[in-house]
Amino acid sequence: MDFLQISVVLVLVLVLAIPMANYLTTVYSLETTKQDRIFGPIERIIYKLSGIQTSEMNWKKYAKALLFSNLIMFIISYLIIRFQGVLPGNPSNIANMDPILAFNTAASFLTNTNLQHYSGESGLSYLSQMTVIIFLMFTTPATGLALCIAFFRGVTGQKNIGNFYVDLVRSLTRVLLPLSILIGLILVSQGVPQTFSSTAAVTTVEGAAQNIARGPVAALESIKHLGTNGGGFFGVNSAHPFENPTGFTNILEILCMFLIPAALPLTFGRMAKNKKQGWILFCAMGSLFIVFLSVAYFSELNGNPALEKIGLSQENGSMEGKEVRFGIAQSALFTAVTTAVTTGTVNTMHDTLTPLGGLVPLAQMMLNCVFGGDGVGTVNILMYTIMAVFIAGLMVGRTPEFLGKKIEAREMKLIAIAILLHPLIILGPSAIALATEMGTSGISNSGFHGISQVVYEFTSSAANNGSGFEGLGDNTPFWNISTGLVMLFGRYFSMIAMIAVAGSLLTKKRVPETIGTLKTDNSTFLVILLATVLIIGALTFFPVLALGPVAEWLTIR
Amino acid sequence: MLKNIRLVFVLLVICGLAYPLLLTGVSQVIMPAKAEGSLLENKAGEKIGSRLIGQSFSDPGYFHGRVSSINYDAAGSGTPNYSPSNKEMIERTKSDMAKFLAENPTVKKAEIPADLVTNSGSGLDPNISLQGANIQVPRIAKERGISEERLYDLINTHKEGRSLGLFGEPRINVLEINIALDDM
Repeated sequence: MDFLQISVVLVLVLVLAIPMANYLTTVYSLETTKQDRIFGPIERIIYKLSGIQTSEMNWKKYAKALLFSNLIMFIISYLIIRFQGVLPGNPSNIANMDPILAFNTAASFLTNTNLQHYSGESGLSYLSQMTVIIFLMFTTPATGLALCIAFFRGVTGQKNIGNFYVDLVRSLTRVLLPLSILIGLILVSQGVPQTFSSTAAVTTVEGAAQNIARGPVAALESIKHLGTNGGGFFGVNSAHPFENPTGFTNILEILCMFLIPAALPLTFGRMAKNKKQGWILFCAMGSLFIVFLSVAYFSELNGNPALEKIGLSQENGSMEGKEVRFGIAQSALFTAVTTAVTTGTVNTMHDTLTPLGGLVPLAQMMLNCVFGGDGVGTVNILMYTIMAVFIAGLMVGRTPEFLGKKIEAREMKLIAIAILLHPLIILGPSAIALATEMGTSGISNSGFHGISQVVYEFTSSAANNGSGFEGLGDNTPFWNISTGLVMLFGRYFSMIAMIAVAGSLLTKKRVPETIGTLKTDNSTFLVILLATVLIIGALTFFPVLALGPVAEWLTIR
Repeated sequence: MLKNIRLVFVLLVICGLAYPLLLTGVSQVIMPAKAEGSLLENKAGEKIGSRLIGQSFSDPGYFHGRVSSINYDAAGSGTPNYSPSNKEMIERTKSDMAKFLAENPTVKKAEIPADLVTNSGSGLDPNISLQGANIQVPRIAKERGISEERLYDLINTHKEGRSLGLFGEPRINVLEINIALDDM
């Protein structure tokens, strides 16, 4: 049964990705399309109200528009949560958030990370949940999608790079808003609350008082997954029965978060007029995903050896930190998907995963290109693709070319910096945290697992994932400031570098394909690409994985 | 810069206000009970819990749910986040197993279903496995003076299957089966 339910979900991902890829190709087309007739009028109102020009931009203008609009979102969001106590829409009387935590929260949601150092039930008012959390959950994947499409346009040599505001607005009106409304209603039909009533006070069957937190959960839940955001309405995220009440909602949430990241490589293939190229990217990421998923599943199924030793049957797998309605199959699948597409929503507590089961989310976030978040993930795998082209080009002694464009020093410098920044902002701060009292005082599980807790926190921040080994006592100034900065660096540096690469490729002349051109759309290149990803990932991160999860595995085995 | 500010405000109104309000309005009209949190009432019309949120049961005459470090306080949610090698987790499991064996003298140690002595992910898990329900039957039968057959039947009628027959795991809703127990 386990294999069947996992395979059906994976087949559904594939079946849904193809029409979605076609749809997205039309959404971001630079030509006038049939869709314009349906969505055009609404979009024109938005442009008019905001006073926006829809003409084409060069890469510098595009980057500037992206950064400025995001900066404004950051400032407004910070102010709302900072002063939520005196603002309306606060029936449960939540207090203002303190400045440092508010910085962390605003940075976290602005960067599509959704790392949460507060607990939703007690930390945010309904107004904050809506105008900060839900709002940013829409605009950040829209920003990611815009960036991704601009990058695609540059790499595939379209007539121009497009207009940031048009891409941003279309992502919302044509993709995220309609889907969120539909999915939100399906979720309510399964029992996810959508109400503005305050906490429900009840008297239990045994006569105790129980206060049940609720709120506009479904509205957040649908965009949380569609936008690969991941921040929960409640502290325990999608493990909470109100966020994810049944096996059906569980697979619905999985499909939602997988939909856009799985479709984008295929959209790339369509824009490049080379569908095979899109499938090569899809297969590279898909094969990595299958390996990671298998490790997570079998590791959790085998249970916890430490509990087996004290005589507790592990025939149903490791159930600490998991929910009965999901069991091992749906928990392992959710865990593998949420860290592959860097959503960061969890339906099982990652801190409680068996050592190798916990290695999977960590490793996928370290690679950061196993599908990846809306937009940015596909850009990451394309960075590795260009890197692979470059390495293979050096080996055969030719100028590297990708889709008919020469890859030269300028692009390689930007890509190399973007790829190397990721390990730097994970390992550097981790080393500081592990060497100082400020960092180590947060560790709740001593021993090798403590190293994993610290590394996980920074990996999740850098990959803009947002899940955590949540035992870590992370609501302190040290953690709030350090992870806040890591999230901002992780998101914006590579974004700007990639727009620059796109702008530079766009201006280059297409070189004709010859017999000596390295083909990038066949299985040989697939192997080169996988090797590039694994060698760079393994070399940078293997030592720290050996000190954390692998060492823990060896000690309790 | 000004147009950025204007755009952000327009989008904030659409995504942050109009969208959740629209969804609330529609949900409240077409499925109000679910939108309000699937609350359950007793015959006197008093609210006694939510179908989806677990409650603490300690009376030996009721089915017991899973371990919850927050004792099913649904104003929050959470777990102690114990790693698999955590010594406190192993000690807690040992003591919960001993307690379970003392309460259920007919059960052997190796038969204890793992879900009953492990902390759920949310601390509010409303469910236990079928094994977890069946194994408590002798205790409840003795305590209430009901035959074991009737209790096994009750479990069978309250069994929730996988979604669409495929997704998730079969389970028992502890609150609902205990309400049914009181009605027997």
